[in-house]
Amino acid sequence: MVKFLPFAVAALIAALPVSAVAECGGLRGTGDLGLVIERADGAVQVVDTTRRRALCTVTGLGDLSHASLVFSRDGRFAYVFGRDGGLSKVDVLTGTLVKRVTQAGNAIGGAISQDGRLVAVSNYEPGGVRVFDAATLEMLADIPAIAADGSRGKVVGLVDAPGLGFVYALYDAGEIWVAEMGKDATAPKLTKFTGIGRLPYDGMVTPDGRYYAAALFGEDGVALLDLWNLDKGVRRILDGYGKGEQPLPVYKMPHLGGWSTAGRLAFVPAVGRHEVLVVDQKTWEEVGRVAVYAQPVFTTARPDGRQVWVNFAHPHNDTVQVIDVPTRTVVQTLKPGPAVLHIEFSPRGEHAWVSVRDSDEVQVYDTRSFDKLASLPARKPSGIFFTARANRVGY
Amino acid sequence: MTHAAAAAELPAAERQIKLLSLLEQDCGSCHGLTMTGGLGPALLPKTLDDKPDDFLVDTILYGRPGTPMPPWAFEITPDEAKWLIGRLRSWRTDG
Ligand code: HEC
Repeated sequence: MVKFLPFAVAALIAALPVSAVAECGGLRGTGDLGLVIERADGAVQVVDTTRRRALCTVTGLGDLSHASLVFSRDGRFAYVFGRDGGLSKVDVLTGTLVKRVTQAGNAIGGAISQDGRLVAVSNYEPGGVRVFDAATLEMLADIPAIAADGSRGKVVGLVDAPGLGFVYALYDAGEIWVAEMGKDATAPKLTKFTGIGRLPYDGMVTPDGRYYAAALFGEDGVALLDLWNLDKGVRRILDGYGKGEQPLPVYKMPHLGGWSTAGRLAFVPAVGRHEVLVVDQKTWEEVGRVAVYAQPVFTTARPDGRQVWVNFAHPHNDTVQVIDVPTRTVVQTLKPGPAVLHIEFSPRGEHAWVSVRDSDEVQVYDTRSFDKLASLPARKPSGIFFTARANRVGY
Repeated sequence: MTHAAAAAELPAAERQIKLLSLLEQDCGSCHGLTMTGGLGPALLPKTLDDKPDDFLVDTILYGRPGTPMPPWAFEITPDEAKWLIGRLRSWRTDG
């Protein structure tokens, strides 16, 4: 079954719009599989992280710039959220597009519920959240994001909240909404928090599902909601962390999705600075900063929390740095090549997969020796997503 | 190869390719790969219609303080910004 392809031939085949490397469909588990988004082609590659190779390519997913995805709890299906409002259900095992619906004009991301029954999508246009049946992609609820002042705006930072449903933020109006999904998914109960700060642009939920944090663009600070105590309201943390300094312009919005938790510490990309903030998640206070090469985009913790890998904004996006958590210092600087867009660890962290858009490849690194182990051809790769996400809150 | 003397208006052919790739990939991360909008607004002919070139060139070169729109003067010249606006004004989403 395992066919040996010389590298050049593999590269040639992968460059075809419809891949001829079609090894999907056999009887196997999906635990060591993942998807790589080929941004410009509207395609995803199914990759095998054990053999470090692409298995097949699924096409026809539309505009995948800034696309993200979540996995069904059995790790078999991926729900891919496209920028063009497309919601696609991909069968990872057979490498096929099961269903695709265009659910809005302009979407940004999504989440899957704790029980795996519901998939929610956050939309820029028309601004709001739509909730779908994960099995059929039938729409169950449509929640327009109409703020307290009556304006309708963009939704960002949608996450799943265990025991509740979904939580998200309204970018234009500066609000956080909790949509409780009870027995009847068509009638979510909304709790709204207004005046949480200017221009929240992304959000994240802590790995234990307790806190929701929304990063603010218009202010130095982060809005924090305790999901176990909604009545306590939203509080501000990391207030004025850049006070007195002129922030640098931001060429790519940093993401909170990869807010890395290493023990009780969170590593947060600072907006408009060449720094990663170290935050104690018990007190929510800043306990240190790590100076890095340029403005960080993603901070991604190795699953054991001993390292945090950081990629950077344009024009410094050819570089990845590795922070050693115990000493909070940069211990390695890698130069994978032009436009590193994303980093994903193998489930137990021995390898890091790095997408390098402009050289059309995904590189695999050993996280102890930092040796480059493999390079897989991929067309304008962006996000890399492994099925281990299926069992993690907030992924 | 075009020589400097002729370069006042149109960027050289290779620079045009570079600029279009910058537009798609880097501007696209906020404005959408096909310019239909994202965190930043759509940059389509109909949305730019009522806005003068100079205003849009300024936006590209100097950004919009207080919003995520960053300044690009460090790598885009005024002529190039003007050329990009021209491309956006004749942009077609169907490719
Ligand atoms: C980090 C996100 C981001 C990036 C990257 C970005 N923009 Fe913007 N851009 C914005 C936002 C947000 C606005 C709206 C600003 C406002 O509220 O007035 C904007 C506004 C604009 C406008 C004015 C549109 C109008 O209708 O007034 C133009 C033109 C524009 N951007 C061009 C570009 C170009 C060209 C690039 C790449 C060289 C680029 N942008 C990269 C976020 C971004």
